Amino acid sequence: MGMVTSVTSLGKNGLYDWVIQRATAVVLGVYFVCLMGFFITTPDLTYTQWHAFMSSTYMRVFSLLALLSMGAHAWVGLWVVTTDYITTRQLGAIATPLRIAVQAGFVLATIVYVIWGVQILWGI
Amino acid sequence: MPLDHPKIASFNAPFWSLRNWVNAVKSQRPVNLDITTIKFPLPALASITHRIAGIAIFIGMAFLIWGLGASLESEESFNALKGTLGGFIPKLILWLILAGFIYHFVAGIRHLLMDLGYFETLEGAKAMAISVMVISAILIVVAGVWVW
Repeated sequence: MGMVTSVTSLGKNGLYDWVIQRATAVVLGVYFVCLMGFFITTPDLTYTQWHAFMSSTYMRVFSLLALLSMGAHAWVGLWVVTTDYITTRQLGAIATPLRIAVQAGFVLATIVYVIWGVQILWGI
Repeated sequence: MPLDHPKIASFNAPFWSLRNWVNAVKSQRPVNLDITTIKFPLPALASITHRIAGIAIFIGMAFLIWGLGASLESEESFNALKGTLGGFIPKLILWLILAGFIYHFVAGIRHLLMDLGYFETLEGAKAMAISVMVISAILIVVAGVWVW
């Protein structure tokens, strides 16, 4: 007996996906709180302040980490949701090709987001 | 634990093993996984809203990454973005994305706490689901006031 792996899931098995989802969630949660904290404590934000904040090495590393975490988190999360709802039980025979197509679309969008974001962070 | 331990499902049991037949009988039991007929208690509602918020955030990411680029490209593009965010529709989009983040964040903490074994009783889960909804509703209103 071999373990059944899914070609479309990020971690290739549930345990990896589970850990990836939680670890990236913590990164994203802390990043969200940090950014909101900055916005709330800096009313009437100017370009100079914003650029200085985002171009510090701390924020460059943190933003890149958050961006990659977002990519992994979205991939795992959308995979779980699509495998739960786009099923043969719900939709019949069309479900499998439809699910693969939707997952492919989400994964493509995720990769585009990550590349787009890296390019922005690279240019600061 | 060895693979043929009785506590492990008998995927690799020989075909004459009684356990195969036990599983075959089990699989005949009626199941209802049809989400259109399943009743949604509060914890289930909190969970599915977390999923909906996640999908909404994913769509909102396009706006956010575009905004990130515009805010950091140059002083002109930063000020242009600030001007755009003065309009009602952009403010509404920003507030909706923030609402998605807030709900997904608060409900995500619920999931992490439940992973650690807290709030798993019927009463605890119900109280936790209500807390998630109340706390995020308050924060979403606060975010709306902050955006406008």
